[in-house]
Amino acid sequence: MYKLFHQLGSPPTFYRWSGLWLPWLAFACFALFVIGLYGGLVYAPADYQQKDSFRIIYIHVPAAWMSMFVYVVMAVSGAIALIWHIKLSEIMMLSSASIGASFTFIALVTGSIWGKPTWGTYWEWGDARLLSELLLLFLYIGIIGLYSAIEDKRKAAQAVSILALVGVVNIPIIHYSVVFVNTLHQGPTVSKFDAPSIDTRMLIPLLIMAVAFKLFYIIVLLLRSRNELLWRERRSNWVKNIVKVKNND
Amino acid sequence: MNVFTTILKRDLLLAIRHRAELLNPMLFFVLVIVLFQLGMRAKPAVLVSLAPAIVWIAALLSALLSLDHMFRSDMEDGALEQMIISTQPTSLLVLAKILAHWIITGLPVALVAPILGLMLGLSFDATKILLLTLLIGTPILSAIGSIGVALTVGLRRGGVILSLLILPLYVPVLIFASQTVTTYMAGYPVMASLSLMMGMLVLSLSLAPWASSAALRMSVS
Repeated sequence: MYKLFHQLGSPPTFYRWSGLWLPWLAFACFALFVIGLYGGLVYAPADYQQKDSFRIIYIHVPAAWMSMFVYVVMAVSGAIALIWHIKLSEIMMLSSASIGASFTFIALVTGSIWGKPTWGTYWEWGDARLLSELLLLFLYIGIIGLYSAIEDKRKAAQAVSILALVGVVNIPIIHYSVVFVNTLHQGPTVSKFDAPSIDTRMLIPLLIMAVAFKLFYIIVLLLRSRNELLWRERRSNWVKNIVKVKNND
Repeated sequence: MNVFTTILKRDLLLAIRHRAELLNPMLFFVLVIVLFQLGMRAKPAVLVSLAPAIVWIAALLSALLSLDHMFRSDMEDGALEQMIISTQPTSLLVLAKILAHWIITGLPVALVAPILGLMLGLSFDATKILLLTLLIGTPILSAIGSIGVALTVGLRRGGVILSLLILPLYVPVLIFASQTVTTYMAGYPVMASLSLMMGMLVLSLSLAPWASSAALRMSVS
């Protein structure tokens, strides 16, 4: 097990493996997107209250899930990078940051577009999830900013790992502090998210979209890490060999 | 424990020798609050409801302004490097630095706040609660801030990035503290939120030195 872990952690092996996997992942992701979008936009019935406007859920909710998932991935790979000094997990963490920030941004924008017809406002300061998502975006931006501010990239990666770990301890505290204020003060105002039960015909496309988003994240992550890996190892032999083969083609 | 008291004494002594630096965060705090009121010209009733948030935001900003001093001068004259390569645990050193920073900046701010609270129209009892939240909350600001400073101390211009890193992490303190005072003014019990703040204080004081010392080792190496 440990040996496999180490082998996959070595850059040339990772590069070869990810190259083999990428087309399959891309195919699966594309197929799931088509099925999920068809299911969400056509197959699922319109909501009895929100009519067709609820269909933005098929983008909004998977993006919001991913925004949190990616942060946890970053923190875990940051911890691995700090403890075992595995270069690959460092790269994974760094490549995740901007993807996660984009997911967070998408979740915020779609949420606010959705908010207009359902809540009657683009922005609701009283909603806990909205605010914690906004703060999550700031945490992502802080990570990206710190990485670009430190010149020495080895150091920068370490700094970002520490910051990601600090952030992951703080996210639950931030979330519950926002919840605390709202429950203490005015009771649950907006609980549209917690509909009593969601129709299975609505739920299945949502789950498919969630998987599709996850695959999309993995694909982008692999592509970005492969690029970063080639750039960092540009002086090593295996990269030179790849370039030579490409040039001969 | 020796390293702890030594660093603490040294930092306090250094602060007393530079009296202007000692006063600056407090003056800044007072000035921000005055500017708020000058800009708003709010009616007394509105002002009272905004007072806890104004005082706390001013406290956050003054903490942020003074944070950079925590490690910067030691970094520049090389003392920090010597402290880290010494056999003493770095986290203890960081804890002493956090405490010194709080005594130099957080404590004066907390002590001057009641006067400003009264000027903003808070009742005497509400001012007491405000003081209590500041006494519990400002050490948290120093503790969390130490992580940010430790991460950015190697940078030539760390100021802007420091505020970007630290302010989102300050949100829970701001929310709990200003909410505690508001709740008290509305006539509800505040023991629960005060206890939660104390929990945050213990958590930040026990975890932050760890993260900061890891970050310092990274910055110095």
